[in-house]
Amino acid sequence: MSSLSEQMEHTFRLRNLKSYCMLAMIVLAFVVSALPLFAVFAHIIKLGFSALNFDFFTKLPAPVGESGGGLANALLGTAILVGIASVIGIPWGVSIGIYLSEYGKSKTASVVRFCVDMLVSIPSIVVGLFIYELIVIPMKGFSANAGGVALSILMIPTIARTTEEILKLIPAHVREAGLGLGIPRWKVTLFIIVRGSLMPISTGVILAISRVAGETAPLLFTALSSRFWFDGFNKPIASLSVQIFNYAISPFEDWQSQAWGGALLLVLFVFVVNLSVRILLLRTNTSKGKQI
Amino acid sequence: MPLLLIGIGGFLLNASLPSIHQFGFDFLGTKIWDPARDNYGILAFVFGTLISSLIAILIAAPLSIFTALFLTEVASRRLQKSASFIIEMLAAIPSVVYGLWGIYVLAPFLRVYVEPFLGKTLGFLPLFQGPSYGVGMLAAGIILSIMIIPTITAVTKEVFLSIPNSYREAAMALGATRWEVIKMAVIKTGSAGILGAVILGLGRALGETMAVTMVIGNRSDISISLFAPGQSMSSVIANEYSEATSSLHISALLEIGLVLFLITFFINSLARVFVWRASLRGSTR
Repeated sequence: MSSLSEQMEHTFRLRNLKSYCMLAMIVLAFVVSALPLFAVFAHIIKLGFSALNFDFFTKLPAPVGESGGGLANALLGTAILVGIASVIGIPWGVSIGIYLSEYGKSKTASVVRFCVDMLVSIPSIVVGLFIYELIVIPMKGFSANAGGVALSILMIPTIARTTEEILKLIPAHVREAGLGLGIPRWKVTLFIIVRGSLMPISTGVILAISRVAGETAPLLFTALSSRFWFDGFNKPIASLSVQIFNYAISPFEDWQSQAWGGALLLVLFVFVVNLSVRILLLRTNTSKGKQI
Repeated sequence: MPLLLIGIGGFLLNASLPSIHQFGFDFLGTKIWDPARDNYGILAFVFGTLISSLIAILIAAPLSIFTALFLTEVASRRLQKSASFIIEMLAAIPSVVYGLWGIYVLAPFLRVYVEPFLGKTLGFLPLFQGPSYGVGMLAAGIILSIMIIPTITAVTKEVFLSIPNSYREAAMALGATRWEVIKMAVIKTGSAGILGAVILGLGRALGETMAVTMVIGNRSDISISLFAPGQSMSSVIANEYSEATSSLHISALLEIGLVLFLITFFINSLARVFVWRASLRGSTR
């Protein structure tokens, strides 16, 4: 009898030991996964900070072989490209999101939803190739427009998806209340449902913008790059991400250092946007919770 | 939206017709890529894409699954929020920044420390033989794994969260230890969803361009050593597009894009089926 209970005691101890080991592995796995983030941050801050100076934000790139110069045209270029992408992508993406959430039970809607899912995960370089065929070849040249459209195609599915998710959270009785008052369905959708969720929808939009701001692959052969100021929408345009790429693979130390500076700006931008969106959402959620 | 998707496929198909006519299936099966003689085969690039993605999955899948377990089963509520944010930030860093970091930090680190060490301890395997350059398949795989960890973790986390608590309580009531609860109630129940998440991560790894282009070494050859530089389907497009002059060269590059498009389309549909099934099961029970 005693030997049996001893045996149980023994296996129990072993099981407990194994449990603790596995839990330790789980914690370790998280630490290892998170490590690259800190490593990347540390190196970018260390190597990028010294490259940031007044010239960096105000001057054009210096000619090959000369030191100094800045990335001002690339900063402006990224802003313009993202601007074009937003003008096309935001209305399109939001309306698809509204359609999927409010009229999303039909067969057509599920086909659309499938396509949105597929487009979210399409490689961005394939989108670049598509725009090259669609716009660059017929227009006979690389252009800011082509780059902007390529970015907008990356934005649309992301925005559509978040908008749908957000609108789905609104309980059905809100819609029923509106309809019960005799308000037409499109008005209920636009002025009650969408208006009430404007804040979370716009945070989704901002996140999508911050994501495309760092995209490089689709710009390589649509917007190309430029060493000069913005020169019209049908001309090649510089962008921060492409400039980082070009400088990173260049043999000049000065350029490499500027690439780190650009990377620091890009990562800071993404980080600040993500953090503030999170804080903003958290605050509205808690204040709403208090009201109810 | 469907028009856009069909449009992308259609345009790529249309533009790659000259190359398809010229080479047929040899395009996929030969490894000679010679722009000077207008002779194109992409076997080496397919190999590079597959191997680098495979390395990425081998590293990222276990790490991500355990990280998701940490977030859902082990961490306290407050810790979970900030820990999730850290993992999500990994996905927010632009790929070109990873590439920059890969060239100047990861590759030298691999060249000086990791690759000589692997060569010494596991050098009897052909995988770990040859000179270490730093840039190459291994570097590309590691960068890719960092980039897909947030994807796999996020989806796996959702799958674990959809598992009802009663499962865990049932396991606990049987006297299971904490790990046994996780194994029996969480991992086994969520296995289809986990598989879907890993496939989704694979889809992302296959199409990733910038970071891979910057660290894979860009040499179109097939080598069994992981230290050797290679070339992936997306990196060859990124490298040669602006310099392509002959129309057949452009067409061949577009055909690579088409193949990439079809592969990722297939992989993502597959992942969708798995994840969808897993979340459906979680919600009905």
